[in-house]
Amino acid sequence: MSDITYSGQTPVPPPEVVEEHHPHHPFLQHHFEDLGQQHEASTLGMWTFLTTEILFFGGIMLAYWVYRLAYPDAWSVASTLQNTRLGGINTIVLITSSLTMALAVREAQLGRRLRIVAMLFLTLIFGSLFLGIKMYEYHAHWVEGLFPGTAWHWNENPDLAPKIQLFMTFYWGMTALHALHMVIGAGLLLWFMWRAWKDQFGPEYYGPVEVMGLYWHFVDIVWIFLYPFLYLIHGHKH
Amino acid sequence: MMLADFPLWPDQASTVAGPTDTLFIFMCVLTGGVSLLTFLVIFYLAIKYRRTPENELAQDIEPPKALEITWIVVPAIIFLGIFVWGSWLYFHVARVPDNALDIYATGKQWMWKFQHPGGQREINTLHVPVNRPVRITLASEDVIHSLFLPAFRVKMDVLPNRYRSMWFQATKTGKFHIFCAEYCGTLHSGMIGWVEVMEPSAYQRWLAGGSEGSLASQGEQLFQKYACSTCHTNDATGRGPVLQGVYGTQVMLSDNSIVPADDNYIRESILNPRAKVVKGFQPIMPTFQGQVNEEDLLKLLAYVKSLAAPKTPPVEPKSPAAIQSNAGAPTNPGATTSSTTTATTTSKGQTQ
Amino acid sequence: MSTSQTLYDVRSVEPARTRNYLNEDYGFFSWVLTRDHKRIAILYLISVSVMFVIGGFFAMMMRLELLTPEGDLLTSDTYNKFFTMHGIVMIFFFLIPVIPAVLGNFLLPIMLGAKDLAFPRINLLSWYLYVIAAVVGLVVIVTGGVDTGWTFYTPFSTQYSNTHVFGTTFAGFIAGFSSILTGLNFIVTTHRMRAPGLTWYRLPLFVWSMYATAIVQLLATPVLAITLIMLMIERTLGVGFFDPALGGDPVLYQHMFWFYSHPAVYIMILPAMGVASEVVAAFTRKRIFGYKFVAFSSLAIAFLGFLVWAHHLFVAGISVYSAMIFAFLSFAVAIPSAIKVFNWTATLYKASVSWQTPMLYIMGFIGLFTIGGVTGLFLASLGLDIHVTDTYFVVAHFHYVMVGGTVMAYLAGIHYWWPKITGRMYPEWWARLAALLVFVGFNLTFFPQFVLGYLGMPRRYHAYAPEFQVLNVLSSAGASVLAIGYALPIVYLLWSLKNGRPAGINPWGAVGLEWTTSSPPPKENFHQTPVVTWEAYDYPGLLKAMGETQNV
Repeated sequence: MSDITYSGQTPVPPPEVVEEHHPHHPFLQHHFEDLGQQHEASTLGMWTFLTTEILFFGGIMLAYWVYRLAYPDAWSVASTLQNTRLGGINTIVLITSSLTMALAVREAQLGRRLRIVAMLFLTLIFGSLFLGIKMYEYHAHWVEGLFPGTAWHWNENPDLAPKIQLFMTFYWGMTALHALHMVIGAGLLLWFMWRAWKDQFGPEYYGPVEVMGLYWHFVDIVWIFLYPFLYLIHGHKH
Repeated sequence: MMLADFPLWPDQASTVAGPTDTLFIFMCVLTGGVSLLTFLVIFYLAIKYRRTPENELAQDIEPPKALEITWIVVPAIIFLGIFVWGSWLYFHVARVPDNALDIYATGKQWMWKFQHPGGQREINTLHVPVNRPVRITLASEDVIHSLFLPAFRVKMDVLPNRYRSMWFQATKTGKFHIFCAEYCGTLHSGMIGWVEVMEPSAYQRWLAGGSEGSLASQGEQLFQKYACSTCHTNDATGRGPVLQGVYGTQVMLSDNSIVPADDNYIRESILNPRAKVVKGFQPIMPTFQGQVNEEDLLKLLAYVKSLAAPKTPPVEPKSPAAIQSNAGAPTNPGATTSSTTTATTTSKGQTQ
Repeated sequence: MSTSQTLYDVRSVEPARTRNYLNEDYGFFSWVLTRDHKRIAILYLISVSVMFVIGGFFAMMMRLELLTPEGDLLTSDTYNKFFTMHGIVMIFFFLIPVIPAVLGNFLLPIMLGAKDLAFPRINLLSWYLYVIAAVVGLVVIVTGGVDTGWTFYTPFSTQYSNTHVFGTTFAGFIAGFSSILTGLNFIVTTHRMRAPGLTWYRLPLFVWSMYATAIVQLLATPVLAITLIMLMIERTLGVGFFDPALGGDPVLYQHMFWFYSHPAVYIMILPAMGVASEVVAAFTRKRIFGYKFVAFSSLAIAFLGFLVWAHHLFVAGISVYSAMIFAFLSFAVAIPSAIKVFNWTATLYKASVSWQTPMLYIMGFIGLFTIGGVTGLFLASLGLDIHVTDTYFVVAHFHYVMVGGTVMAYLAGIHYWWPKITGRMYPEWWARLAALLVFVGFNLTFFPQFVLGYLGMPRRYHAYAPEFQVLNVLSSAGASVLAIGYALPIVYLLWSLKNGRPAGINPWGAVGLEWTTSSPPPKENFHQTPVVTWEAYDYPGLLKAMGETQNV
């Protein structure tokens, strides 16, 4: 009487049934069917995460544009306070690091252990160089009194000074958030170098490197937006 | 419990209270009726088709598409109707009558300060005449507040560093609540007061009670005190633009853009002169940010308004006749009372 | 009840006798380091329940204070802190996670026929972030609290409040990450982990609603995160993004805040709608009327929900024309909700309606959500909103949606799936009593607030005009009934853990993958990966099977 089921619904087999066990890849997690599903899931996961990151940076960029359209003069003057040359060098450095990151993904697909480590290391070097130059710029701004709040003592243009301070709040906020993403990326690079050294990646299993690459390229692209937004307004008055 | 202590309906004391209540009652009946019908249907079906030994399994029903379409389209049409009605009311409330009496309000933690055109000031109490449109220009000294007059069905948020305005026309005399409706800190619930709506004659007597000169004349004194008059001369010889007849017009700026010379333009030009420089002038005016408080700013504003070019024969210089750059046709309900109101302000202006 | 037994695959055995996720291993660390979505759901269940009690305490103190017009029980500072922390605790730490993180976490993989969520470690991380945020929040509460209102409007929050704004916004920021990670996991799992044969149109409507919720979590929450960071920067530096002194605009803050916080309303209500669909189907033994309409109305709500944020700003300083656009879109977003209500109602036609507790809650849900929904139309009507915005009318409206909607649906869901989660039945009689108390208490608490709002009583008032007292006393009386109604389930559900009748695989005679595995389910959910060959809510199939067995 209690055994009534019907064709549609699978009845429960008795609990004693033992799961079949196939020999599988050491990095295949138990809840995935195969490495392909695992790879697809992690890639989609990273793309989804990057979508949230776009909205994260998008929020502050929206606020930036609201004020830029309201105070074009102050924004123009403020951009002249930036070191365009250092910013430009940093842009090149970061794009180069994306190239080495892409090469690291390729080496992972080919399973060449030492080359993966080398490419990840180069990426780390370029990333660190970027952060170093950024620190130098920060220091210069601090000395000039271009840090908002009580430390502010830049007053060359008293009329525009409040709005320039507003601009500099965006400058510090946006670049610091970007730098934070770089630092997280650098930490991931160190971890991945260690994993590559342990020969964990190869043609069968390179997904993590690819996903890490997606993140690194995203951080790169954010800077591609920040550089013109913050450094290159002057001379482009709408 | 006496019924007087336990109202279930707010006072209807302004021209917009009636239309607001009509929409509210209409929506109560409509949505209440539909909701009640839905509840009855749910109960009827849930009882009729309750599970019994004979009714262990439901019948399989193929849902008719037409039914789905019906209950998408019909609500959509009803919603559209309500949307149009609500927007009509909103437009009506947004459009200030031309002949409104100008009163200035400043919100600060935690009080309301009101300034009348005649220079009378009061805190947490506002005296207004009945049957006459009143426009309140709102400023905040600190955080965001919201001036809420429930008996008049009007409310407007008060922002720091920006002027906003609201209006009402009281239809009966009496005392009505003033509330702050935007949370503003510790004593938010103490930021309350009373509007006292008076017969015009009583209002006149109240106005005569005391004043330090009209608001515009106090503004004029400030205009001298801050040495504005050294640049903003009456003829075209000064280093700044002539202010006579500027208010309510369109101004061309140095970048050839055109902006309306409204309340917020005047405010910005005082606090941040170089933001919008009039064409043909140098950006040399210093900022008065931090030197002029909100109440004095409102006095200066009243003075600049009083210099506005009279478009019609000048009954009284302080009349904000030309202020509403966005005002539509004079089809508003306050139009009939204009003659008495101008007379009121004129006599008050002469008290000094 | 006895006749119903013929329908069920009962196999009632003591839960402890079967191998399941609860007795797989034991000990503290087997829980706090678990990666099993079911155990994480239990961790969430415990944490959100604790937060609900804390938030409820603040609510009760507020209702006590509002018994009299004078502010005599609490000081105005304390009152302001209490309503602020009530809002923050209830929204960020209860309503947003409650259904996704408890019921969604437990059920989504099972409904998809998966062994776990796609990223079990991220799932655990999401719980830890929640706990960290909750701890930061609680530290803030015990060290003095915060008094800005849960909306943190500038410049009050950045320059005038002298309470723990930074700590609170930081807690909200962390809680946001927890929410994002849950959403991310759900999206990837729904896309990549469905069992063979489980096409999109075979998914239970709960999965559709969780998917729509996850989209909103992913796209809205980061904007809250950046907005709160901007707020924290401004508060720390003393100047900043929304500072009027620098030319900043406090209204911009409100736009950015509501760009998250309006969609957040749908993060709270969409999962409730999913629960309603499941319960209505199970307790009417019918396929949900208009399955595709209900499914796509979830996505429509998720999409339109992003386009209506400025309806919170009709008197705050936006232009007349933008107000009109946002009002229009606000009416548009009401249509998919109406579709759902009508379809649930139509499902009852020629059904086999069981009046068991989950169904009682869902009938309450439909009623209260409908009232909450139609009063939203009042607020969307521009001219009317001028009068009722920022009054108790708004308070009543969103409590009808959030408490009458989300909490009722959550209670329905927890009763419906309790046998699956714990392997034991709850006591039906007590549960029906609690459902009745919740329904009566809720209406008594919040219906008078609609009247208060139209009378003009503003929100967030510590003391109020004496003519509002009668309605406030009614409301406070209702709140005490409501409190008893909420306390009862906590007691009898805990009691049932040990003393409840063993539930068996399918105590309701419901269809759905979760009712094909044992109660509680084994660690890997199914003893073998299910292959799905039937539509969602295949009660017609059940009917056919019944016919066949009767003919045998």
